[in-house]
Amino acid sequence: MTNSVASVRGLHVGYGGTVALDGVDLEIEGGLVHGLIGMNGSGKSTLFKALMGLVKPSSGSIELFGGDSLAARRSGRVAYAPQNEDVDWAFPVSVRDVVAMGRYGKLGTRRRLRPEDHEAIDRALERVELTDLASRQIGALSGGQRKRAFVARGLAQGAELLLLDEPFAGVDKRSEATITTLLRDLAAEGRTILVSTHDLIAVPELCDEIALINRRIVARGTADEVLRPEPLAKAFGGFVPASALQLHEVAA
Amino acid sequence: MNFLVNAGLFTWFTEPLDYTFVQYALLVATVCGITCAVLSCWLTLLGWSLMGDAVSHAVLPGVVLSYVIGAPFAIGAFIFGSGAVAMIGGLNRTSKVKEDAAIGIVFTGLFALGLVLISVIPSNIDLNHILFGNVLGVSDSDIITSIVIGVIVVSVLLFKRRDLVLYAFDPTHAHAIGLSPRRLEALLLGALALTVIVALQAVGIVLVVAMLITPGATAYLLTDRFDRMLAIAVGTSVVACVLGTYLSYHLDASTGGAIVCVLTLEFMAAYGLATLRKSGGATKEPTTEAVASVA
Repeated sequence: MTNSVASVRGLHVGYGGTVALDGVDLEIEGGLVHGLIGMNGSGKSTLFKALMGLVKPSSGSIELFGGDSLAARRSGRVAYAPQNEDVDWAFPVSVRDVVAMGRYGKLGTRRRLRPEDHEAIDRALERVELTDLASRQIGALSGGQRKRAFVARGLAQGAELLLLDEPFAGVDKRSEATITTLLRDLAAEGRTILVSTHDLIAVPELCDEIALINRRIVARGTADEVLRPEPLAKAFGGFVPASALQLHEVAA
Repeated sequence: MNFLVNAGLFTWFTEPLDYTFVQYALLVATVCGITCAVLSCWLTLLGWSLMGDAVSHAVLPGVVLSYVIGAPFAIGAFIFGSGAVAMIGGLNRTSKVKEDAAIGIVFTGLFALGLVLISVIPSNIDLNHILFGNVLGVSDSDIITSIVIGVIVVSVLLFKRRDLVLYAFDPTHAHAIGLSPRRLEALLLGALALTVIVALQAVGIVLVVAMLITPGATAYLLTDRFDRMLAIAVGTSVVACVLGTYLSYHLDASTGGAIVCVLTLEFMAAYGLATLRKSGGATKEPTTEAVASVA
């Protein structure tokens, strides 16, 4: 495939006795919004962790920007926005502090911010429309604003590939639309977005390409091609969420 | 009348300073106060209080053995403190025993070993001094040890403070930009093993954990910015250490006990203030939850 940002081949990951990923093959084309959809325990998070080099695969390979994961991370090309549960929202940092953390990879050992770093942070905050809330403590934001703050961190970092874990969890409809527009704009500028979600409603508007995952990739294609009863049944183990079927009826 | 009270208060602070041992005690208490306070900000946010308790108890056999072979007690304490951290980590990684259980097993085991060693090895070690501190009886070499360790720990922590905040807040992001969360964790654990040595002299093994947690927790109640948290923690901790040492001198009371009592009172005051501010602030500006649910 041309313009492949990430390519995963024959990836197996196991924890103790259980198999989390059982032969995943996935090409992530640049400049698109990709959706990774599966139920809890389908291996979404494990695949993210593997892309980030946080878990060691038992076999298979991962390439990011044509090199290994560490090289891509060291050059700051990959950013990660965590799930809600993985963040301590009472932590004593401001929104601006969090966005500034995107710059750390480019700074000296003390991580002192230079004028160009402050400019990059300002631009990132403006881009996600959080300039006015920059001095708030990170937990004093709404669900949608919190997600945008972490996207801003990735922008300040200058990341070309953004991994977003469950970006619509705890987010109301209006904020969901704002995030969707933001991510679509970022992809239009040439960035690559990979979103993991089990919220099927938001997917057709957001994603160019969808991968259904159930320990391996069970279907791949556009929303119209993939959000159909048969592939969904494979992904969700026979249990197709009602919301997905409604969606399909509307589309058909 | 007022003058007399002021004069009395003045001499309450100056009279003990005629004694060299009090000057030394105040010096050691201040170094301890600053070092523990700085580290406590990270320990509080990471939820490592049990780890602090573990390392402080685990150093006991190291202290006893140092006395026996005539080495500085800091060396034995550091070996056993960092050894305990390594054992806890190893046990956690290589078995299905959960972390809190691993911590409990390792530190009680080592502490028990220390008790046995003290009781069977004939020496003039005063168990009370190790368990409850003896800041009014510190030696010259103890003072130098404390100052050297304190300066090293505080400088390293402050120099790397942005990375350590990043590690405590979001280790995954640290990893994502090519930093090593494990190295930052090791740095904090090393600082913990060293800080315990400083705190041991001031408050003793049993109360070290108070010095490692309470200043950070007190400051955390009062602010939501990390740099301010550091400043408040250091301020409250130094006040407690100095005031506690004076109280101990005047009342002829346990120094470690007095220091930790003052520290705990400060925490309670901060808790009261934070609670008042939260309930009073609700009418003036929306609380975190209110803001979150509106937007």
